[in-house]
Amino acid sequence: MTHHPLPKDHPGASVLADQDGGSLRLMVRGRLDAPGTAHVWDEAAAAAHVAAGNLQGRDLPADCSAIEYMDGSGVALLLKLREVVAAQGATLALTGLSPQHSQLIDLTWHCPDQLDSLIPERRGLAHRVGMAASETLVATREMVSFVGEASVIIAGVIRHPSRVRWKDVLLSCVQVGVDSLFIITLIGFLMGLIMSFQSAISLQRFGGEIFVPNMLGLVMFREMGPLVTAILLAARSGSAFAAEIGTMKINEELDALTTMGLSPMRFLVVPKLLSALAMVPLMTIFFNLASLVGGALVMLSLGYPLVTFTSRVFKYVHYSDFFGGMAKALVFAVLVAGVGCLRGMQTRSGASAVGLSTTSAVVSGIIFIAFADGLFAVAFYYLKI
Amino acid sequence: MTAVHPIISVRNLTCGYDDTIVVENVSFDIMPGEVFIILGGSGCGKSTLLKNMIGLYEPMAGQVLIDGRDLVTASGRERDEIIRRFGVMYQMGALFGSMSLLQNVMLPLEEFTDLPREAMTMIARSKLAMVNLEKALYKMPAALSGGMRKRAAIARAMALDPTILFLDEPGAGLDPISSAELDELVLSLSRALGITFVIVTHELESIYKTADRVIMLDKDVRTIVAQGDPRVLRDTSENIYVKRFFHRMPSQDAGTPRVDCAAE
Repeated sequence: MTHHPLPKDHPGASVLADQDGGSLRLMVRGRLDAPGTAHVWDEAAAAAHVAAGNLQGRDLPADCSAIEYMDGSGVALLLKLREVVAAQGATLALTGLSPQHSQLIDLTWHCPDQLDSLIPERRGLAHRVGMAASETLVATREMVSFVGEASVIIAGVIRHPSRVRWKDVLLSCVQVGVDSLFIITLIGFLMGLIMSFQSAISLQRFGGEIFVPNMLGLVMFREMGPLVTAILLAARSGSAFAAEIGTMKINEELDALTTMGLSPMRFLVVPKLLSALAMVPLMTIFFNLASLVGGALVMLSLGYPLVTFTSRVFKYVHYSDFFGGMAKALVFAVLVAGVGCLRGMQTRSGASAVGLSTTSAVVSGIIFIAFADGLFAVAFYYLKI
Repeated sequence: MTAVHPIISVRNLTCGYDDTIVVENVSFDIMPGEVFIILGGSGCGKSTLLKNMIGLYEPMAGQVLIDGRDLVTASGRERDEIIRRFGVMYQMGALFGSMSLLQNVMLPLEEFTDLPREAMTMIARSKLAMVNLEKALYKMPAALSGGMRKRAAIARAMALDPTILFLDEPGAGLDPISSAELDELVLSLSRALGITFVIVTHELESIYKTADRVIMLDKDVRTIVAQGDPRVLRDTSENIYVKRFFHRMPSQDAGTPRVDCAAE
């Protein structure tokens, strides 16, 4: 039980059980505002409990004629008293209310005592597992349907390029490519610098720092370049696609497109897919070159001439490494744009829906990219690339 | 007999966005317990005026006094005190989507009062009962109809027992029955609690049913073109803007703008 002291200037409030000519009643007095109500809450409930316990189903009068002021807090107190009295099988009867207080009570007195029937039923474990399974199935079906529809539309676009909204493709290219260029080259430069520096320090003990360019070129062109670029773009552009399409869905813009006979897939998804297909490989090249600049800086600082660095890089990086990386970049591009658009299309209603779609676009985008990278590693191994 | 002071005084207020003036040099008083309606066609600056009155936007010139105190210049505790004197219902309800109705109404009580939790719950339940949502306590806003959402928003606005309620387009997007229910609610809350209502609307039925007094804005002249009892304005005003609005006349060449005051 928490004690709530009254402010100094508060005139006070009280709820007491009283004998009125031999019959029991509650006397409610004073200023029933928030501080007054908080002050008497527990005492009032206890007094009503005791008084109602002795009545065995009869009315318990509550004399309210001495209430000086009552707002929502006071009404809540009277409702609480009614609830306590009802729990004892008796009925609270308010008397002496002023006309204004009476009007206030009239507005709220139909508030139910029992909340049990209103509380939503808690779902059991089996039900929740079933729901989760059903949601997963629906999501999978949506994904398959999305991939199928996108493939059909892309095939149609190849046959009829004029159907593509090339202006939207260009705008999307700016968003995915130009706007991302700074972060991609910066991260590429730093990764090249850090990897070369760390490797050089380790290899220096064996006099092997000369092999740093070989390692850097292969790692960047085959593996890290496409992977890190795709992850960066999933975070930057995939999320933006999901947010844009998700907001459009909430604003019923997708419905508007559909009822106008325009396919949201052709209108929104295809330009984004095409722009990603063009820009992700290009950004990967920028990433790779920036990482080489970082590596070159480390080698120069170790006293090697630039020509040593470049000749070793280009001697050990073959066309197959470069094109393998580009093939990866193309697949990652489809994953980044596809997952971003899919999550946008799957946006539900509500204020948090777009946020959830955006998060989901980034997380599932990165997971798909990692899986695809694993598959590439296995395929390259068997193809001896 | 003591003089009744206005609960809200708007003094030479000019407001708008960036460099665009939407409403220019308007002055009016709102008395305690009144149902006061700001009306006018779309784009005339009703909602902008309301947002200046509740302190969301800073006026370009002039001031808004609530109980004689200026919300813009007030700071700290005084500002909190003024803010607690009023509640606001926004056009779309603006309920927090991740909270049930009960939690929505309890939020201001949890933040601003020291009441026992049980008392807060009971207050929230009683407020929701006032707007006839006593059986939807645990519903989420997304599961409600537009009318229910607006009533829940009124319950939340009343959580701290404000003396003034600002309602922005309460009837917008509602069916006639829900709209009429909302009008009834306004009238019963005004009668029972003595709350002063400041309502922005352009729904004629609601205006006739609830308003004690109105001011009318027009986007062409960017100021008050008429004020007074809406029924009197409808029946007697010769002002072209007023006639067009109340008699739902299609747009035509406006006459010379002037201010028309109906007998109150």
